[in-house]
Amino acid sequence: MPPDYWQTLRLTLALAASTTAILLVLSLPLAYALAYGRWRGRPLLEALVSLPLVLPPTVIGYYLLLAFSDSTVLGRFLINDLGLELNFSFTGILVGSLLYSLPFMVQPLQAGFQQLPRSLHEAAYTLGKSRLTTLWRVLLPNMRPALLNGVVLTFAHTLGEFGVVLLIGGNLPGRTRVASIAIYDEVQSLRYAEANAYALTLLALAFTILVALFWVVRKDAARLSA
Amino acid sequence: MIDFHLRKALHTTAGPAHLDVALTLAPGELLALTGPSGAGKTTLLRLLAGLARPDGGYLTAEGHDWYRDQPARWLPPQRRPLGLVFQDYALFPNMTVRENIAFAAAEQADKSQVVSELLAMLELPELADRRPAQLSGGQQQRVALARALARRPRLLLLDEPLSALDLPTRLRLQDALAAVHQRFELTTILISHDPAEIARLATRVVELELGQVRRIGPPTTPRAGLRGQVLAILPNGLARVQLPGGAVVEVPIGRPVQVGEEVEFEVRQGV
Repeated sequence: MPPDYWQTLRLTLALAASTTAILLVLSLPLAYALAYGRWRGRPLLEALVSLPLVLPPTVIGYYLLLAFSDSTVLGRFLINDLGLELNFSFTGILVGSLLYSLPFMVQPLQAGFQQLPRSLHEAAYTLGKSRLTTLWRVLLPNMRPALLNGVVLTFAHTLGEFGVVLLIGGNLPGRTRVASIAIYDEVQSLRYAEANAYALTLLALAFTILVALFWVVRKDAARLSA
Repeated sequence: MIDFHLRKALHTTAGPAHLDVALTLAPGELLALTGPSGAGKTTLLRLLAGLARPDGGYLTAEGHDWYRDQPARWLPPQRRPLGLVFQDYALFPNMTVRENIAFAAAEQADKSQVVSELLAMLELPELADRRPAQLSGGQQQRVALARALARRPRLLLLDEPLSALDLPTRLRLQDALAAVHQRFELTTILISHDPAEIARLATRVVELELGQVRRIGPPTTPRAGLRGQVLAILPNGLARVQLPGGAVVEVPIGRPVQVGEEVEFEVRQGV
């Protein structure tokens, strides 16, 4: 076992869990607006949300590194006015993860909203229910597979994050060193057994999470249709 | 009383058309809306319910403006005291029959009494703990009707509620509809393609075509001894028959017939 194995693993899981929780809250209104909105700027926002899917993570990381540094207006504002030193900090890699994993939460939720028949929320409206009640009591319970998909994919995707974290956070044990970075670091130092411990852990975690996802989604579908 | 004159651009398969309908409904009236698909029947119901915005006109119900273009007035669907039964029923799959109705009755003071009364009235008590996916079409339709009534609406809008059901189920539900309409003193608008159903339930018929009223008046009673061409033989001694006007009806046929055959049949009232 590598010496800081547990510390690294804890940090990795903390990053994935916080990213997932925050993205779930942020993505619900965003996905709702993208699914039902008919405003003009929609394709632009959709493209922005999907951008992390096609960009190399190092591009996102590079621009965030710049944005957080004191060589930009935003960076100076963050550092001098808010006291936020985001580069090489956990908060920094969290912000990077939020951007990097955004489409993995928004897209399943948007598809979930769009797959519900329109008459479902219209029926709730004619029964006097507000948009919020309709969302909470009718729409979300009927798109549980989409919610689960978003949560699990975001979590798993953040576990495997590398480029963004490396550029913004570097490799500081206990602060920014996540499992994927640790693998890279151990291989660079030719410590293959240690690299293997991390790699095997990530592999097992990812596989377990996906199996659980498909199992729960299947059970849930059976519950609603039987 | 409901009084409206509503205008809305329609996009039909036959090209753009303009919905322009003015009507006054007396309290307690059961009005049937009929006409070919694309005539604007469903659009008109959606405008009344507030699920779509008219391009112009006005809509008042029992002295309240629900919509008016000048000065601009708009009551959102949540605040219009009406019940709408959707063509696809739109039951909430995550809730049981009882929960569907209770959700709709949530703001009623005597909620549990409303729910059990509606369950009993629409013969649903045995199905109360099932989910919509476990129900037949006719059962789902009864739940949809019960749910629409749970808010004690004054106006009931029915979008082809019975079209997907087989004849015996449809006849039973017509009885239920008539009973409900009387019992709750509703003003009802029913979209239907079935002349026998309209004759049985409606006090007045409005026929729409390309967004305009083509005919308005009392329902024409289907005469006994109609003629038509057999399209399909159905179980239980029924046949699907196309009338000369193009309407398709399902009727009991007393003798063996073949598809394509010209038959004469009787329309019995109050089957």
